[in-house]
Amino acid sequence: MTRYIHDAKGTGIVVRGDDIDTDRIIPARYLREITFARMGEYAFYDERFKEDGKKKEHPFNNERFEGASILIVNDNFGCGSSREHAPQALMRWGIKAIVGESFAEIFAGNCTMLGIPVVTLPHDGIKKLMDSIEHDPSVEIAVNLDDGIVKYGKNEVAFAADESARKALIEGTWDSTSLLLSAKEQILEKGKALPYITDFDA
Amino acid sequence: MQSRFLMGDSLFSKVWKKHTVRELPTGQTQLFIGLHLIHEVTSPQAFQMLRERNLEVLYPKRTVATVDHIVPTKNQQRPFSDELAEKMMQELEKNAREFGIQLFDVKNYRQGIVHIIGPELGLTQPGMTIACGDSHTSTHGAFGTIALGIGTSQIRDVLASQCLAVARLKVRKLNITGSLGKGVYAKDVILIIMRQLGVKGGIGYAYEYAGEVIEKMSMEERMTICNMSIEGGARAGYVNPDQTTFDYIKGKEFAPQGAAWDKAVAYWKSIASDPDAAYDDVVEVKGSKIKPMVTWGITPGQAITIEETIPKPGDFPVDERPNIELALRHMQFRGGEPIRGKKIDVAFIGSCTNSRISDLREAARIFRGRKIASSVKAIVVPGSQLVKRQAEKEGLGKIFIAAGCEWRKAGCSMCLAMNPDKLSGAQICASSSNRNFIGRQGSPRGRTLLMSPAMVAAAAIEGKVADVRDYL
Repeated sequence: MTRYIHDAKGTGIVVRGDDIDTDRIIPARYLREITFARMGEYAFYDERFKEDGKKKEHPFNNERFEGASILIVNDNFGCGSSREHAPQALMRWGIKAIVGESFAEIFAGNCTMLGIPVVTLPHDGIKKLMDSIEHDPSVEIAVNLDDGIVKYGKNEVAFAADESARKALIEGTWDSTSLLLSAKEQILEKGKALPYITDFDA
Repeated sequence: MQSRFLMGDSLFSKVWKKHTVRELPTGQTQLFIGLHLIHEVTSPQAFQMLRERNLEVLYPKRTVATVDHIVPTKNQQRPFSDELAEKMMQELEKNAREFGIQLFDVKNYRQGIVHIIGPELGLTQPGMTIACGDSHTSTHGAFGTIALGIGTSQIRDVLASQCLAVARLKVRKLNITGSLGKGVYAKDVILIIMRQLGVKGGIGYAYEYAGEVIEKMSMEERMTICNMSIEGGARAGYVNPDQTTFDYIKGKEFAPQGAAWDKAVAYWKSIASDPDAAYDDVVEVKGSKIKPMVTWGITPGQAITIEETIPKPGDFPVDERPNIELALRHMQFRGGEPIRGKKIDVAFIGSCTNSRISDLREAARIFRGRKIASSVKAIVVPGSQLVKRQAEKEGLGKIFIAAGCEWRKAGCSMCLAMNPDKLSGAQICASSSNRNFIGRQGSPRGRTLLMSPAMVAAAAIEGKVADVRDYL
């Protein structure tokens, strides 16, 4: 059952722009479902389709990036709403890892919970990676969590990542429920120790 | 940075320690969650995961459910006319029943936007850890809590274990000094903070809001400030509890009563930041310099005062220009134009940021004896059924209707358009909500101008962005 995630490999897809919020990744009106099953169809929906349903120019519509699984983004990606529907949409579209300049915190946490590594490179590193993929989308990218390196073509770049997220992925505790529940006795003790849980012993 | 040696503790540090179950091998903390709030949009998949794993809810009494995002604000007769919304309602009802969780549905007087009802029912109390599958959970920090917005897999964790695996945040103290001028509200304070520190300036931080301006604020104003912490990238924001906090909570339905009250207050006082607490960063904002604010772009940080002109791409570093150009293109604005006088189509007063009774009172003050422009559609949406009841008791509902506004029922409404309230085409909306993201209000081409409720009222009257100070 436990899945240990040491790396993610595949071709890349570039979505440029800072502050791309989760409403842009998946507009709220597509959240009116009780499962995540169809979220992949809605990834970047309003950026990919006109109001009449016709396709717009967008990397997720571009045949050059077909089959890509490593998403490359800029600054503060995933800001705004906490909706897990956003990483769910990307994952179900086929994204296995995201490399960016920076990520909003709740979004990054949600990615980790789904087993999607999110790692960061400095501005210039992202620019070079983006240019390289746009120039040749067939370039294989490997995000290696063990040695902290993004490899593409002949390039090897050290990335930064939240250390606890990196460990959780490698050690297979990114889906944290069973890890948390393994301390059930301690949880119940904590519940008894907090004054408001016991109504202040009144 | 200050040396931590022999220095006091911040509220964040004290509450974090009190709720730490253990340190995890990953370096994260296993944090006990004192209050878990859920709603219909982000919880159904979490309950499904519990079923698939054969897990129970560990503390069903520590989770409270309500409905807000998808609720229609005109006709709340069941079944809802939107089949998808009705299905989500039924799913939450089923989950609440099956797992023994208290649900405040539209037939219950306690129903409303999750971040409005937690505080007004007295569920939200100082010194708690609070989680909710909603980024505006930071609102509850106004009471001196650590309140975190979480995703659905984390909702599963909280349901199953009453805990989260989370990394500890750093703490930045924001000192808002002096006092606010006429026509300047809590919304303007938080918008100026977004502008100064940026929409990602708070990543990795909890914001402690302090200083004379905050100390003088009511709980409702503090909630407006904490609510938008997340727009600045800070996952949590809080204010130290004080007499204003205790007075607000006293007598609320779920507040400690009798002998518990004094013990509660003693606990609440004990978790406030020490005067010599260490902070990772301190920022000062001069209250007297803040003016009524309006956003001109597609992030809450793209805000200017009512007196300013919309910036030009050339005002920004080269790397930032594509985003500025995108914002101007989407808004159909040109750099250099004044924001004042920009025509609006829709006015929206509501959302977890600004739909409390004090917000409605301020808006009503502007609307009283006036009419909205004939070109404007204005809707006023109370944050909860209790807010609606109070507003009607005070005659505010009648003022809104007399001014030409629609006076609706409680819900999230046009803040995020998961319900029938939405913009169409390229409509432009003066909005008291929290996000001006592209498409946020339901139309991919729709445009949002964030401002205080009183500023929205002034804009509705003139049919264009106006200066509320002219009405006071």
